[in-house]
Amino acid sequence: MKAFEYVRAEDAAQAPGLLAEGGKYLAGGTNLLDLMKLQIEAPAQLVDLNRSGLAEITETEEGGLKIGALVRNTDLAAHPRVRQEYAVLSRAILAGASGQIRNRATTGGNLLQRTRCPYFYDTNLPCNKREPGTGCGALAGFSRPLAVIGTSEHCIANYPGDMAVALRVLDATIQTLKADGSRREIPIGDFHRLPGDTPHIDTVLESGELITSVTLPPPLGGQHIYLKARDRQSYAFALVSVAAVVTDSGARVAFGGVAPKPWRVESAEARWNEGAQAVTDAAFKDARPTAQNAFKLDLAQRLVQAVMNETQSAGTPEGGAA
Amino acid sequence: MTHTTSHGSTDLQLPRSVRVELTVNGQPKQLELDPRVSLLDALREHLHLTGTKKGCDHGQCGACTVLVGGKRLNSCLSLAVMHDGDEVTTIESLGTPDDLHPMQAAFVECDGFQCGYCTPGQIMSALGTLDELERGIPSHVTADLNTVEYSDDEVRERMSGNICRCAAYPNIVRAVRSVHEGGQE
Ligand SMILES: Cc1cc2nc3c(=O)[nH]c(=O)nc-3n(C[C@H](O)[C@H](O)[C@H](O)COP(=O)(O)OP(=O)(O)OC[C@H]3O[C@@H](n4cnc5c(N)ncnc54)[C@H](O)[C@@H]3O)c2cc1C
Ligand code: SF4
Ligand code: FES
Ligand code: FES
Repeated sequence: MKAFEYVRAEDAAQAPGLLAEGGKYLAGGTNLLDLMKLQIEAPAQLVDLNRSGLAEITETEEGGLKIGALVRNTDLAAHPRVRQEYAVLSRAILAGASGQIRNRATTGGNLLQRTRCPYFYDTNLPCNKREPGTGCGALAGFSRPLAVIGTSEHCIANYPGDMAVALRVLDATIQTLKADGSRREIPIGDFHRLPGDTPHIDTVLESGELITSVTLPPPLGGQHIYLKARDRQSYAFALVSVAAVVTDSGARVAFGGVAPKPWRVESAEARWNEGAQAVTDAAFKDARPTAQNAFKLDLAQRLVQAVMNETQSAGTPEGGAA
Repeated sequence: MTHTTSHGSTDLQLPRSVRVELTVNGQPKQLELDPRVSLLDALREHLHLTGTKKGCDHGQCGACTVLVGGKRLNSCLSLAVMHDGDEVTTIESLGTPDDLHPMQAAFVECDGFQCGYCTPGQIMSALGTLDELERGIPSHVTADLNTVEYSDDEVRERMSGNICRCAAYPNIVRAVRSVHEGGQE
């Protein structure tokens, strides 16, 4: 690990002012410290957010929830209102990582976790995300775990996380504080970027911009389901996951593991009553899988079918065609 | 990890060490550490508490599990300095060979290990698991998120962050159950 200066932020409002050029925020540390040990990340300074507050979940005036950026994944998944009214979020978080990691991982850090592309992790291999201009090792190499849609010729990495996929179906908003003191709101759908020819930039956050909270709109009701297909039953990243909220008035569905961001296509949701294939045909219309990861398209369809089976057997709404 | 305090050849204006106060197994400890030192290395290399093991050093195996503020975490993925002022509990605090903690006794009784390398992490994680079940924290296998009940499946899922290369898993699950049942009486 490269040497860095350590600074503790006692107050979130001051954190952006403490951050120096080349510095990074430190939350749970479960992704950043891992990457620093491998020298994939080498910040000159760490601003530790762990004593800066931002660890509360409060009600919004509209009847939703405001989740502080430092709320731990375990606490968010176990919050009574999240369990009861945003169950897809509890389910997604609990499907990820391990008990130990969830006890430390934070809401903000989880959103910003970086890809698990094996080339990104191996500093001997070419990777445009880690080292712009070196090429993409995965394109003609081992691409099985990577994205099938939203990719570019420069990078086919997927966003690996679970929590953000649930936040996407819930239409969450991310609140930030910039270095100049201004604040902004970023809809979750706009937060993660597609790679294009700048795959080293994962999100729209500006340098030094701090995530302060994530807001959930009022509850949608309906049935909340998160299904995750992976190589082992626990403690593994998703090959494909699906977050769904199915209500009388329609279905919302987002996919994880398949794209550089949580993948949600509203026009595909409109075809829910036409069956799983109609939904995934529409959601993955422009997919460009590799020979190694084309199986993810079938897997996505089967997961949607499994969601449909589950919601129908629970005897809810009009059921529709199948 | 030698640092060159009096060495003039670097441009970096970095403080070479930071002061960290931890309460480890009830005892206050003061350390001067390079900020890069993980909580795991602080325990093992600086406080010479070598019960906590280093397996992967990347959060993937659970051998380094300790309790901080009563909650389990991977000490390899935390910097010691992040825990300034925190209470850390390691395997050394649990029992002695003559007077084992119930969880240690259960691992012996149930054959919950072979080589023993993962065992301190398994035991600390098992204590964290029982506490989380007690506090009603749900897991991936909890059928109704609002009703958390003890089961072997719950233990398997909650302990999945602790890898055992000797595959003592079935006996670890039995050991945890025996402590759970003991605690129920
Ligand atoms: C073995 C292992 C298995 C895992 N399995 C899964 C899995 O199955 N599913 C899954 O979803 N995840 C998984 N994870 C990833 C885990 O969820 C992330 O490591 C964690 O959520 C990151 O949160 P953190 O608070 O520790 O972030 P940190 O590591 O502290 O930070 C991550 C990044 O976010 C930045 N950051 C943090 N907070 C803020 C803020 N408030 N504002 C601006 N920037 C900020 C940091 O600068 C850093 O760049 C796994 C991790 C490990 C080690
Ligand atoms: S897919 Fe992206 S992250 Fe993976 S090697 Fe290619 S450029 Fe790097
Ligand atoms: S040594 Fe910490 S998880 Fe393996
Ligand atoms: S007992 Fe050998 S690794 Fe678990």
